[in-house]
Amino acid sequence: MKLIVVGNGMVGQRLLEHFVARAEGGAAEVTVLCEEPRAAYDRVRLTSFFSGKSADDLNVVPAGFFEQPGMNLRLEDAAVAIDRKRKRVRSVRGGELPYDKLVLATGSYPFVPPLPGKDRPGCFVYRTIEDLEAIRAAAAGARVGTVVGGGLLGLEAAKALKDLGLETHVVEFAPRLMTVQLDDVGGRLLRRKIEALGVTVHTSKNTKEIGDGAACRHRMAFLDGSALETDLIVFSAGIRPRDDLARSAGLAVGERGGIAIDNHCRSSDPDIYAVGECALWSGRIYGLVAPGYQMAEVAARHLAGEAAAQFLGADTSTKLKLMGVDVASVGDAQGTTLNALNYVYTDEAEGVYRKLVVSGDRKYLLGAILVGDADRYGELLQMALNPLPLPEHPEDLILPAREGAAGKGLGVDLLPEAALVCSCNSVSKGALCEAVAAGCTSLGALKKHTKASTTCGGCGPLVKQVLDCELRKRGVEVKNHLCEHFAYSRQELFHLVQVGKLASFEAVVAKHGRGRGCDICKPAVASILASCWNEMILKPRHAPLQDTNDRFLANLQKNGTYSIVPRVPAGEITPEKLVVLGKVAAKFGLYTKITGAQRIDLFGARVEQLPLIWKDLVDAGFESGHAYGKALRTVKSCVGSTWCRYGVQDSVAMAIRIENRYRGIRSPHKMKMAVSGCARECAEAQGKDVGIIATERGWNLHVCGNGGMKPRHADLLAQDLDDETLIRFIDRFLLFYIRTGDRLQRTSTWLENLEGGIDYVRKVVCEDTLGIGTELEADMQRLVDSYECEWKKAIGDPEIMKRFRHFVNSDLPDSNVVFVAERGQIRPARESEREEAVVMTT
Amino acid sequence: MSARPKINTSKSIAVCRLQDIVPNTGVCALVAGRQVAVFRLDDDSVHAIENRDPFSRANVLSRGIVGDLKGELVVASPVFKQHFSLVTGRCQEDPAVRVAVFAAWVDGDTVLVRA
Repeated sequence: MKLIVVGNGMVGQRLLEHFVARAEGGAAEVTVLCEEPRAAYDRVRLTSFFSGKSADDLNVVPAGFFEQPGMNLRLEDAAVAIDRKRKRVRSVRGGELPYDKLVLATGSYPFVPPLPGKDRPGCFVYRTIEDLEAIRAAAAGARVGTVVGGGLLGLEAAKALKDLGLETHVVEFAPRLMTVQLDDVGGRLLRRKIEALGVTVHTSKNTKEIGDGAACRHRMAFLDGSALETDLIVFSAGIRPRDDLARSAGLAVGERGGIAIDNHCRSSDPDIYAVGECALWSGRIYGLVAPGYQMAEVAARHLAGEAAAQFLGADTSTKLKLMGVDVASVGDAQGTTLNALNYVYTDEAEGVYRKLVVSGDRKYLLGAILVGDADRYGELLQMALNPLPLPEHPEDLILPAREGAAGKGLGVDLLPEAALVCSCNSVSKGALCEAVAAGCTSLGALKKHTKASTTCGGCGPLVKQVLDCELRKRGVEVKNHLCEHFAYSRQELFHLVQVGKLASFEAVVAKHGRGRGCDICKPAVASILASCWNEMILKPRHAPLQDTNDRFLANLQKNGTYSIVPRVPAGEITPEKLVVLGKVAAKFGLYTKITGAQRIDLFGARVEQLPLIWKDLVDAGFESGHAYGKALRTVKSCVGSTWCRYGVQDSVAMAIRIENRYRGIRSPHKMKMAVSGCARECAEAQGKDVGIIATERGWNLHVCGNGGMKPRHADLLAQDLDDETLIRFIDRFLLFYIRTGDRLQRTSTWLENLEGGIDYVRKVVCEDTLGIGTELEADMQRLVDSYECEWKKAIGDPEIMKRFRHFVNSDLPDSNVVFVAERGQIRPARESEREEAVVMTT
Repeated sequence: MSARPKINTSKSIAVCRLQDIVPNTGVCALVAGRQVAVFRLDDDSVHAIENRDPFSRANVLSRGIVGDLKGELVVASPVFKQHFSLVTGRCQEDPAVRVAVFAAWVDGDTVLVRA
């Protein structure tokens, strides 16, 4: 079969994935025409492009997808005409392409009201990465930015302008924001919250024309006689289906646009399908991605010969975060059903609004609106969709939980197997249960396996509830025991050590464990003890617990020698110190290499040489670099505003401050940090556990990034922080991780397994909802104050120095350690070379 | 600690004093040209095995963490973390691999090894 898909947006891509996964699809010859210069990307998260995500980050095409046989992607090649008789599509560059089946996934275009002046330079729409690039370029020379349209996408665009540092206005035709999803009270509360963030909202404004401004580039004149001056305008006043291709091919289209489709997503020509925002089903156009995905699956299955596949409408409930404000709308949020009754709860002090719409007989939930706190979204959605009977007192669903009373939520056990838990990725409760049965017993594994909660994340808490419930039902004890010696997780053990004021492994194992311990629990307990009490790790009672790297304060290499990485805070080093490193390396014959984190690594030190080398280094003012520890490794930095033409803050000074503050603190795993002096991000901070990026007004704090084997882009935790707030937030973040992380769990996996994800971290760190902020800061300050350079301490202690020799009864070195020369330096001898050398020396 | 049978015995030598070994850690001793890892436990008993890690071929077993696994006294190789029994020398992860075991005991405060 020859299949042509016109359009490679999120829905078109999803259709391809469903299609090729089926036998019919795998054998087909597929051509994809895409007018944009890049393959499908996540338009839902377009705004994150401005908070540092790159076009690559937004890409949604699985690796190698278009390299599969039979798959042909033509970028920047738009379809221009369909010849239905001859079954051919004409494209801009490719001439005529024959098809057996054709899918139109052309999406929509932004509606721009027909105003005089709408095409002036500095007027934009908000749809593609190219649009965003143009907006970003224009913002550089602008002071004021205005979004026309106060709907979902308009508010996203407003956030983008705010992020670009513009004075931001939103102009809405209707009397309230988000007309479709909210009611008057909800809209008012949202407006108040958004205005508190510095965005000015103008409602009931009908723009008459756009002309030259006095203080700004443009002047927007409104019908009521008022006006607004602005440098940049973004139109986001709704979408219109892109149906011209279908229209000129004579396919049936709706009165107000949209390619009419049947329940199999077929147009009036049975060989042509339409999916997504260009399609009109039962008189309706869906402007959301989830219904588009459902159409994509139906069309793909139908194309692959599953005649029964049908699209029967989709739920349009939404949950999103607009400028940090949670907003959700479920089902019949406006209460238009006959005899519907409302329950309303408003807390203007906290900025929370919740409304339930229930059936006249009070048996079922029809809809809901949540502003300011949408934690209950998943439960309410399930209640309305399935529908489940309401509890005896429906108001309990929206009233704040009283102290001591557990939330009277929905028991996930009541949900039918077919209930769609994740609507973005069409994951039912049944699919989650199957995955749990197949061995996904952690939240991270379940998300990875089913894709649930990986798009908007709204169903995260519900997914976790299903997981816990299934595990309980299966009698699976949720086991996160450290090892056979401790029936506790690292987090529990941390708590026990802290509360019980336990200061040694012996005390911990006597009270809470059994046996002698092992190489799993000993270093883990040593790390906990260090995080709690910060005693020198080589004290006789701690030394036996340490891995060899911590025991010898250096990094073990394959031949039993060690490498040394002295601390060079932020990677800044004086010429004199650079010379010292060279001299020490030459004196002891060490191999030297620059690391990826702006340090100098000295290799090939035998255990008995370590104290001698460090004596020289300490004398020259060097400190332990902790490359050997589960601790802060390095803070990488760019030169920042001191030297760089583009830098906006002194990234080096901040990196030094941070490195010196957190050096030596022990954590569940190693930690890396970086500070970039501007958005160009030369220090690659978004691949670090803690990444700091300078802005015009301060610092953006990103957390839980990772490079290496499993790269993860860091999440933005907070924006435009001043120096002191930045340090405070890092203090809290680090200690929260140190207290709750599992053994050898980097911040990235910690976050992925944390219920509530980055929003929860933000609540704890930035909003201090647990009320532990001050305590975390005080604990961190204690650790900072009790810092000592481990090498300085070690070489001053003869008892410790005694341990730095290869033989307890001889001063000979290990004869097995043999080096040969390569490129002017040493390297460990290979087995054959070593035998030769050993024979020669004996 | 009593001497074990079946061990290739040649001569015993005093390698160090007991207090030269931090409890629950090991040291490496040179005994008749062989590298021997000698461990002191918290009950002041001592155990000796070959110092060479058969997996990495580095002489480092004395620097491993000592503990018990499945009821057996073990040391974990600091390189790739395999566990070797301090009593039989057998590797728990790969029973086909063994390191040599030597007799070791304490006389007064002197640690003796026969290799």
